Amino acid sequence: MAFTPPKEVNTGKVYSVTMGTGEKAVTIGGENVLPFHGFEGVVPNRPAIAFDVLDIAPVDWPDSVREIYAGVSDDPVKWAKYCVETLNAKAIALRLSGTHPDNGNRSAAEAADTVKRVLDAINVPLIILGSNHVEKDTDVLVKAAEVAKGRNCIIGKAQEANYKTIAAAAMAHDHLLIAMSELDINLSKQLNIMITQLGFNKEKIIIDPMCSALGYGLEYTYTVMERIRLAALTQNDVTMQQPIVGDVGMYVWKIKEVSASEDILPEWGALKERGIAWEAQTASALVMSGAELLIMRHPEAAAAVDAFINELM
Amino acid sequence: MALTGVEIFKMLPKTNCKKCGFPTCLAFAMQLAQRKVSLDACPDVSEDAKKTLGDASAPPIRPITIGAGARAATVGEETVLFRHEKKFVHPSILAVAIKDTDGDDVVVGKINECLASEIDRVGQKLKIDALCLINESNDAGKFDALAKTAAAKAPDVAVILSTENVDAAKAAIANFAGKKPLLYGATEANAEAMAALAKASGASLGIKAAGLDALQALADKVKGLGIEDIILDSGAKTAKEMIEHNTYIRRAVLKKGNKSLGYPVINMAIRDNNTLETLIAGLGIMKYAAVVVLSSAQKWKNLVMFTLRQNIYTDPQVPMQVEQKVYELGNPKAESPLIVTTNFSLTYFIVAGEIENSKVPTWLAIMDCEGLSVLTAWAAGKFTASKIAAFIKDSGIEGKIANKELIIPGYVAILSGALEEKLEGWKITVGPREANALPSYLKSRSA
Repeated sequence: MAFTPPKEVNTGKVYSVTMGTGEKAVTIGGENVLPFHGFEGVVPNRPAIAFDVLDIAPVDWPDSVREIYAGVSDDPVKWAKYCVETLNAKAIALRLSGTHPDNGNRSAAEAADTVKRVLDAINVPLIILGSNHVEKDTDVLVKAAEVAKGRNCIIGKAQEANYKTIAAAAMAHDHLLIAMSELDINLSKQLNIMITQLGFNKEKIIIDPMCSALGYGLEYTYTVMERIRLAALTQNDVTMQQPIVGDVGMYVWKIKEVSASEDILPEWGALKERGIAWEAQTASALVMSGAELLIMRHPEAAAAVDAFINELM
Repeated sequence: MALTGVEIFKMLPKTNCKKCGFPTCLAFAMQLAQRKVSLDACPDVSEDAKKTLGDASAPPIRPITIGAGARAATVGEETVLFRHEKKFVHPSILAVAIKDTDGDDVVVGKINECLASEIDRVGQKLKIDALCLINESNDAGKFDALAKTAAAKAPDVAVILSTENVDAAKAAIANFAGKKPLLYGATEANAEAMAALAKASGASLGIKAAGLDALQALADKVKGLGIEDIILDSGAKTAKEMIEHNTYIRRAVLKKGNKSLGYPVINMAIRDNNTLETLIAGLGIMKYAAVVVLSSAQKWKNLVMFTLRQNIYTDPQVPMQVEQKVYELGNPKAESPLIVTTNFSLTYFIVAGEIENSKVPTWLAIMDCEGLSVLTAWAAGKFTASKIAAFIKDSGIEGKIANKELIIPGYVAILSGALEEKLEGWKITVGPREANALPSYLKSRSA
């Protein structure tokens, strides 16, 4: 007897979202099936990888990833150009870490100037991230959204405590918005609803259900993403049909497994390969569970994930 | 397919005799439906019902054990497609491939990689589970020689014999009598001979076909030849084929009652690029491969695969826990700070990681709160002033530190007064609420 493929046809679909403008614009989402289930539906776009660029020198990054950007990380413009021109980045995530009160406390005006200069130097889509300081981010991201008008950027991250101001700024200047909640599908759904109640277009939201590194809670992120996708597809839940971002590099490149040398922990093996594989595996697990956008740091990890996606598409 | 409680109830004696330990037959039926009790508990069930219920209660994916003794590994018995529904049951077997054309140093090197692969993570021992011997030469003598080396150097390790050559299989399998190897290489062409050999040797049988139609036909055929323990290879080569075939097989068996393919699946992850190979192995671990074959098992790669496997196969309803004790981070001295928190593994990992980032040597007292995080443990009455005080006193830390000062998580600042009463002579300090504030907190304290 022949095998009958148990195809599952879903009622829902992930919104197709375009970031950036012109030839280098990138579209993600649009699928009506679980990740890479092209055998039973449509997967029109591949997940995109953005390279993480900071507005300050990455002093707390481990050597193995910091040394890659050694010649350019003193200047976010050089750094972003290097990612695009040499590493072939399809998108940049500019993280305004230097605006954090504990980390230099740069002003919103200074940050906006950095955003402007980076935008002038690159033609790929830009994700503009604050320092994850709830109050400071409102000032910083409002100014950043203003100077980035016309470039269809992604602004983030809006959280429960500050979403109103940030969403209003993204809306006023025609940007996309990252809505971040803490590892809970209900919180994520609730935040999306609150943002759309402000009049924000639900098809311009990117969900960040909070990332975690392999071995440091990855199973929680994995399962929350999987459940968000299942709600979007099988229940046709319009509040969960936005593309998902995995902010991978930030969570991976601070754990012990990517910085402890083989001399200290011989049973963990070669450090360089371990760090790259750690970031690549974390990212791969997230694209398998639902992420359409990844923010990464090590170019070799990004290349490995790209090769992985090639084999899946 | 699994029966519902009511369907099962109809087949029971309906006497409510209570001999099974449940008040009514219906209650017993409900427990049977959830596979929480065995039908044997009912003394009066008819033979007919036994047969029907027995078939229905058998796990839809048959459990298969490869190897014997302490290093035997079991796969199969999975019941869901997504881990939030229920715990994934048996972690994928990771097997490292050795070809009979490899040089002696490569063979010995890989066997040693496998033997030395065990590491401990969150109290679990993780390792490469099996050797996959590949008859690359298609020569019986060479395959037998490799089998002899493996059997001598790694006598306890589970073995997969990969060959479609019946003579080679016959020669090699003789080295693993009583050790339940997986004979991996039955095809449409050699099924009869391979099935006879597997039966005679007590081996499970891996069957290979191109595509799911052919696989189903071959599975039915070897089952007809009397083989019960089967492992499936659908011929999936690329990641795209792996996810399609593995998903279709798991779904057909669990949701559509397909009995022909109710067996574990084997995938080849071998790639030229070792990082990509790691990710392909990860795909297998996440998406329903019971056995994943690798080209090598370097320590860095093992750590990544083991950690992913552990993450995916944890019970989503039971938090992971670490051992209760005072951990020494960065060689703390008598004047180093002492921090207390709960033994939820994530809490431990994140707090320990941030302390290590701070480069400030610290005593980290991890208290058993049944794996709950700080706020949950506090709310559940497991992280209270008297319990913390008792733990600190019993831990013996008092004799190792100069200043009796205990730093507690900011979320339980409310405990500081009560703790000062219970821990006489101690100073209680309220630390940050979130672990990510620990580096600046510790640095400013030590400045």
